[in-house]
Amino acid sequence: MNETLLAELLTPIIRQAPQINQSATPVSMIIDRDKIIEVSQALSTHPSFYFDMLSCITGLDNGKEANTMEVIYNLYSIPFNQHLMLKVTLSRENPEIDSVISVWRSADWQEREAFDMYGIVFKGHPDLRRILMPSDWEGYPLRKDYQTQEEYNGVTVKYEEKRS
Amino acid sequence: MKHKSLDTTQALLNSEPGKFKEGELRSEEMIINLGPQHPSTHGVLRLEVLSDGEIIKEVVPHIGYLHRCFEKHAENLPYNQIIPFVDRMDYVASMNSEHAYVMGVEKMLGITEQIPKRIEYIRVLVAELNRIASHFIAIGTYGMDIGAFTPFFWVMRDREHILRLLEWASGSRLLYNYMWIGGLFYDLPVGFEDRCKEFIIYLKPKLKELDEILIDNKIFIERTANVGVLPRDLAINYGVTGPMLRASGLRFDLRKVDAYSVYPELEFDIPIGEGKMGTVGDCWDRTWVRMQEVYQSVKIIEQCLEKLTTEHKRTKEFDPQALVPKKIRPQAQDVYVRAENPKGELGFFFRSDGRSDKPLRCKARGPSFVNLSVLPEISRGVLIADLIAIVGSLDVVMGEVDR
Repeated sequence: MNETLLAELLTPIIRQAPQINQSATPVSMIIDRDKIIEVSQALSTHPSFYFDMLSCITGLDNGKEANTMEVIYNLYSIPFNQHLMLKVTLSRENPEIDSVISVWRSADWQEREAFDMYGIVFKGHPDLRRILMPSDWEGYPLRKDYQTQEEYNGVTVKYEEKRS
Repeated sequence: MKHKSLDTTQALLNSEPGKFKEGELRSEEMIINLGPQHPSTHGVLRLEVLSDGEIIKEVVPHIGYLHRCFEKHAENLPYNQIIPFVDRMDYVASMNSEHAYVMGVEKMLGITEQIPKRIEYIRVLVAELNRIASHFIAIGTYGMDIGAFTPFFWVMRDREHILRLLEWASGSRLLYNYMWIGGLFYDLPVGFEDRCKEFIIYLKPKLKELDEILIDNKIFIERTANVGVLPRDLAINYGVTGPMLRASGLRFDLRKVDAYSVYPELEFDIPIGEGKMGTVGDCWDRTWVRMQEVYQSVKIIEQCLEKLTTEHKRTKEFDPQALVPKKIRPQAQDVYVRAENPKGELGFFFRSDGRSDKPLRCKARGPSFVNLSVLPEISRGVLIADLIAIVGSLDVVMGEVDR
């Protein structure tokens, strides 16, 4: 990956030199949450990067102490065979970020999944509903402080471990 | 009592409400519900179809009926104990999923280079056997979806031989737990290579038969050619991978691109869709690409067997568990690894904090999940009978969609 070119491309957008971690697998970069759409658009259209595929969106909860959540985008460029990992940190009280569905359509279901599991709101997503869990489920299951609800539609969810 | 049952019905409706409201429909529109219990949805996929007579206006897939909390389980288990859960994601191609997972953890531990060649060859051998089994399911059930009954029985008969071979090696028919981090559960059983060779000799004419009865069948071509065309740029934008992307005309296979394991030492081609019977990227192309991949897998298996009986022979001293770490505690890092599964790119994202034996986060990017998301796009404006043909050609396994 051409690091200087990447910095040249992104510095005008994020108004500072990007923090690139070259030793990570794949190369990772920390992005401010307001800039995600602009950065995505620049990376997906620039002729020497052309990240045309969004492989994976991962939501992540760092727990109560750190009080942050993260969204991690794994990009891949088919013509140049390059990987890039974008990391965005969000606050835990108000996890909101712009949806990148206008750039990559594969964000559609993956953002819905992150919303379902972590309650991260993707602004501008046309159809942000729960995807894996039932729509009347309480809470976001992959948060670190998640407590299972006692009962769901008359079915006991939370079982006490019986020790004999 | 009656009152209560009414409540239950309402509660069930609340749990997975439809996207379209009956009151808001135009006079020519109607809602058709397909699934979750429907033979041609390959498991528990529910499709909410908004149609104008026979023409489909919009399809909304509802998934999650087979959600088994893989990622939540993974956060609470040591790395080596996650492997059985990985098996249960794509339950018709467990070996391939295991391969992707153990490669990921080995990469985190930095022991990828130390894995003996014999182990790698065995891994590729069983993974390719499993790939054939998975493609057989895809082709056979697809034929049955659109009315061809015989090929299904033929492929299930041949798949049975593969399952028995893998059962002999690992002890179970579908969910193997055979590949371990840093090695294998056991070496191949004595005589496995010979039996596998016999199987390949048996299989080759059967593949030709399958080609003739299904792929080149006129009725099959009529039902699938020019149906559900997926253009290449749309496929990439939707993150579609695997045989579906190749059928759309892009020569992209992670076994070649990433050159992981011993694939660079093996010779095989990547078939792509050519639009022989219709348009590039139609349902026929997808099935044809899968069929060609079976031939390529046979080629890989033959080469693996050749290597396993000559260069990397079975020896008395060989211990497939020699490198298996007793305690798996990778350094703090984020890693994304991917491998070519029969359905497409299976990716794992790991975050380890360096202090625990359990991953802080283990996300599985299932190819079926991403491939299924393109369904609404390619089934707009088709007939309802064609929708069945399109869903079958995606070859999704609900265990991996819902995880």
